[in-house]
Amino acid sequence: MRLTCPLCGPRDRREFYYSGAAVALDRPGAEAPPEAWDDHLHNRDNPAGVTQDLWYHEQGCCSWLKVTRNTVTHEILAVETVGGDSTAGGVA
Amino acid sequence: MPDLIAKPALGLPPLTHAGTTLAEAALPQITAIAPFPGQSAAVGTALGLTFPAPNCVTEAGEARLVWAGRDLAFLLGKAAPEGLPAAVTDQSDGWVALTLSGPQAVQVLARLVPLDLRDMPRGQAARTALNHLPLVLIAEGEGAFTLLTFRSMARTAWHEIGEAMEKLAARAALTP
Amino acid sequence: MRIDGKGRIDRTRPVTFTFDGRAYAGYKGDTLASALIANDVRVVGRSFKYHRPRGILTAGSEEPNALVEIVGPANQTPNTRATVQELFEGLEARSQNRWPSLRFDALEVNDLAAPFLSAGFYYKTFMWPRRFWEGVYEPLIRRAAGLGSLSGRHDAGVYEKAWAHCDLLVIGAGPAGLMAALTAARVGADVILADESSEPGGRLLSDAAEIGDQPAADWVATVLAELASLPNLRLMTRTTVTGAYDDGTFGALERVGLHRRPRPNLPRECFWRIVAKRSVLTAGALERHIAFEDNDRPGVMLASALPAYMNRYGVVPGQRVTLFGNNDGLRGVARSLMAAGVTVAAIIDPREDAPEEPGVTVHKGAQVVRARGRMGLREITVRSGGREFRLETDCLGVSGGWNPTLHLTCHLNGRPRWSDELAAFVPVEGAVPGMLVAGAANGTFSNHGCLAAGAEAARASLAALGRVAGAVDLPQAEDAPYRIAPLWAVPGKGRAWLDFANDVTVKDVGLAAQEGFRSVEHMKRYTTQGMAPDQGKTSNVAALAVLADATGQAIAQTGTTTFRPPYTPVSIAAMGAGGRGEGFAPQRFLTSDQASRDRGAPMIEAGLWYRPGYFPKPGETTWREACDREVRMVRTAVGVTDVSTLGKIDIQGPDAGRFLDFVYTNMFSTLPVGKVRYGLMLREDGHVLDDGTCARLGPDHWLMTTTTAAAGLVMRHLDFVHQAFCAAWQVRFVSVTESWAQFAVAGPLARDLVASALGHAPDLPFMGCVPVTVQGVAGRLFRISFSGEEGYELAVPTRYGEALFRDLTARAETMGGGLYGMEALNVLRIEKGFITHAEIHGRTTAFDIGMEKMISGKKDCIGKAAAARPGLLGAAREQMVGLVPLTDTVLTAGAHLFAQGVELTRDHAAGYVTSVGYSPTLHSHLALGFLQNGRARHGETVRLVDRLRGVDVLCRVSDPVFHDPKGEKLRA
Ligand SMILES: [Zn+2]
Repeated sequence: MRLTCPLCGPRDRREFYYSGAAVALDRPGAEAPPEAWDDHLHNRDNPAGVTQDLWYHEQGCCSWLKVTRNTVTHEILAVETVGGDSTAGGVA
Repeated sequence: MPDLIAKPALGLPPLTHAGTTLAEAALPQITAIAPFPGQSAAVGTALGLTFPAPNCVTEAGEARLVWAGRDLAFLLGKAAPEGLPAAVTDQSDGWVALTLSGPQAVQVLARLVPLDLRDMPRGQAARTALNHLPLVLIAEGEGAFTLLTFRSMARTAWHEIGEAMEKLAARAALTP
Repeated sequence: MRIDGKGRIDRTRPVTFTFDGRAYAGYKGDTLASALIANDVRVVGRSFKYHRPRGILTAGSEEPNALVEIVGPANQTPNTRATVQELFEGLEARSQNRWPSLRFDALEVNDLAAPFLSAGFYYKTFMWPRRFWEGVYEPLIRRAAGLGSLSGRHDAGVYEKAWAHCDLLVIGAGPAGLMAALTAARVGADVILADESSEPGGRLLSDAAEIGDQPAADWVATVLAELASLPNLRLMTRTTVTGAYDDGTFGALERVGLHRRPRPNLPRECFWRIVAKRSVLTAGALERHIAFEDNDRPGVMLASALPAYMNRYGVVPGQRVTLFGNNDGLRGVARSLMAAGVTVAAIIDPREDAPEEPGVTVHKGAQVVRARGRMGLREITVRSGGREFRLETDCLGVSGGWNPTLHLTCHLNGRPRWSDELAAFVPVEGAVPGMLVAGAANGTFSNHGCLAAGAEAARASLAALGRVAGAVDLPQAEDAPYRIAPLWAVPGKGRAWLDFANDVTVKDVGLAAQEGFRSVEHMKRYTTQGMAPDQGKTSNVAALAVLADATGQAIAQTGTTTFRPPYTPVSIAAMGAGGRGEGFAPQRFLTSDQASRDRGAPMIEAGLWYRPGYFPKPGETTWREACDREVRMVRTAVGVTDVSTLGKIDIQGPDAGRFLDFVYTNMFSTLPVGKVRYGLMLREDGHVLDDGTCARLGPDHWLMTTTTAAAGLVMRHLDFVHQAFCAAWQVRFVSVTESWAQFAVAGPLARDLVASALGHAPDLPFMGCVPVTVQGVAGRLFRISFSGEEGYELAVPTRYGEALFRDLTARAETMGGGLYGMEALNVLRIEKGFITHAEIHGRTTAFDIGMEKMISGKKDCIGKAAAARPGLLGAAREQMVGLVPLTDTVLTAGAHLFAQGVELTRDHAAGYVTSVGYSPTLHSHLALGFLQNGRARHGETVRLVDRLRGVDVLCRVSDPVFHDPKGEKLRA
């Protein structure tokens, strides 16, 4: 499997650390009810089809990536950096 | 002069197999520069260098700025000035710098690095892995590379590169 | 038998080898199989289950019978296919699965017992009585099962792993593959051409065909010469592409040294991971057998193997050859053999309309019903027009048709399609993204068709990459149609073999169907069809055709089992190349490593780090003596230990304090410059992630420390929190673990030692930090303690680490102190009730370790909401306590805690032990552990039980801080 890191380019999956559903990005507010936290922390879909999960480019640029992929076809549909494009992009 | 003796990570003599040489570079000066949001251009200007795009190295004279990850570059060959709009950290002691050069350098690294390095020109760099070790790889052009990895792992890096060199040399010595 | 004037072997280079201890001669260029045929060795192995004598069946890697052990000075490799193993001087091969010898095998009795050993025998027989399973059945099965043997020693061979990248990977260098590679390489594409054989060319080297107006082998040589002149083409011979994986990644196994005498550093095999933008599968096709009674006799071979052995190696496996098959391909085989002077006795063709062949008797509408000759074929029985007759023959070439080698197209779950016209499964388009299939692998069997399809596949692949390939002139080549009438099994009463390697017969498949295993996947598992090292390459399709017949379904409906990687066996040693000994995992060494080893310290692995366990002194015979002495030394004088392994993260920026407030439970933004604070970090689910100290070095500059174990975890966590929730904040952090060597100095004389090293008194309050100059080197001094004594940590840039360590050691020793290791460090912290990841093991909360008050009410932080959730607080939780045994007993971590008087069952367990040690300070064994409602139970007596290690002792529950509970020593 290969992922195209928006910063580093196409890389083998061995460079990445997998970390579950992208739901982890939607942090409830501090005052959110326990049910919202329960959902956020513990409830996950297990879709046959398109899913979004988080990968960390540990042996690379150390970006957290949101990967949209299809669990049936294994197609990678999109790879985005989690922190948006705040990265210090200069020129070549 | 300090009274404490400075030691290199390895202190080993260069290793040559089949015309390809692995060597430990002198203790490098490395400064990690992490521009605060939106400040990379300003950091570049202050350094007299362009802040590099991912996988790139910019250079001016002796100084080089090597892209080293998200919002991060390593300044080599020059001290960082005060007051940069960036987090500035001396990393000179954190990394061992190895150089690998010669006709088999690309093939040696093909044993350890999951990237295609065959036509990597000077001016390119990559943050990747040397087998299981973290690696900042800098292409020096013409099949030569500078390899930065964690100083504490220097022996493993040397061992793994050395083994790959030995195996390739044994292959090269074969006759049909 | 060797024949003159044929073969591609080098007759000027004779090679000697042994098989089962007997010396034989062959030539450079031979495989072990061809050399054995040259020496008229007919029986090369015994079958798996019935131990029937078996000969060579094929000339390729699909071989089910000729599996041998190759014995080298450092290796013993079982299940090596003699058809793949190339000959080299001194090669030592042994047959397998026989005892005491190949000619006489005691377990051949299984063959006589065959009626009892049918499909499902194991499942039916070894079930009852249940108590027999471990004591009787398992040892029995283990002795009889398995193929080949291992030396029982470490494999000392050298293996290699490597990466390769290309635009186009061409898999197989037969007519289609050569043409594909040529077409793509000529226009400059970056091409890898991988071929399993020692010589590219595929069947062009085996058949005596012509390409253009020259022999096919000459055409191959011309193409190879051109390919060799193109630097953008890499030819990988002896390389089998074994697996297709996601996103253009392929696994391939190269035989680097297996065909040579071992030499230093030369890899035996290299496991390649090839990343290809596009791929073309031109792996050819595999011939299949026909089942009839005793069709496994040595001398019965696949028909295509005969010209392969003759044209590549100059050997023929018999003097009077007969051919049996259901397709036109046999005519070419017959012609080829006769042209070399080999007698072809007859062609037996089940088709009534089979074509004639000049110079050979063709028995049309005929079938071979039986073979005879236990140790080598002597005669066959033919049924034709209702009568049977016998035919003397010592070699029978059989062709049941051809199966496209489509295995790789199934590795990403592609399902092949049945073609009635070819009587074979063919690949479906798009089964592997980016892969095209061409030539025989796609069911195109003529040479002309293969050449054209190869060129076209390359053109299409390049077009997908936005490149245009020029037209390549197609040479003239044979373009005969492929005609076949399916015949899978000749009806008869005797046992007719399908899977030779696993001894599966037509009857077994019928029995499976009769017993309800009607799905092809069930039949496979019930009969073990296709589950041997050859994975049923020559037999699977026939087996499922027999199943289809037995169940009354069409083959298309019956379907096929799934092919999974690897295509051919891959040694674990190759996949794990380099991952042994020093290569197993990176090793991280402290700057003090050599100095510690010089003092005889045994090293303990702490994650990837190597840390000294203890520093033995003369006269000390156990680790405990050294550990006790080191603990007393720290409590009474001064000790020095290397703590550089702790994670250190440099955090800078105007929002750094705010960021720390968000990741730590307690408040950091209020910490004054020059001060250090202990911090607790939670996971978002409310459990403890890590703990450590964090120092404020400047207004916008902080230094966080993590535990050794969680350094990487914390960095990943900080990156996540930062990037996911506050990427716009003015904060940046970077690991400086490797940049600093840091040494703890602890004990009543710690201040004196630091003063001596610095040249002045440190004058630093507890939890203070200050920049210092250590003998000319800029460093940092922290007053923190993990021992409970007055403690300092002195940090210098790593390059000075060894010098400072030796310096501090020498100074400590003049003061009656010295070095202490991990064992003493652990006892010191247990005495003080300090936690490590033994306590914060992922299931404990701040409440459990008594630190819930450290969760600040003034701010949000990661994990705060969940930490307050019901179930993570209260008396039902197991809370951290100290445990002191009432009798002098060694305690064990992992032991369980029970209230006194209850039955020792799981539901009565009230807690567990996490850390243990002997305290020379308190003259007692001590433990830390977790006990239900533990904080309210100080003073109670509980029972500590470890049934694995035979510990059962009463303990007094106490506060976890055994030593200096008020912290007076720390603040002294
Ligand atoms: Zn990246």
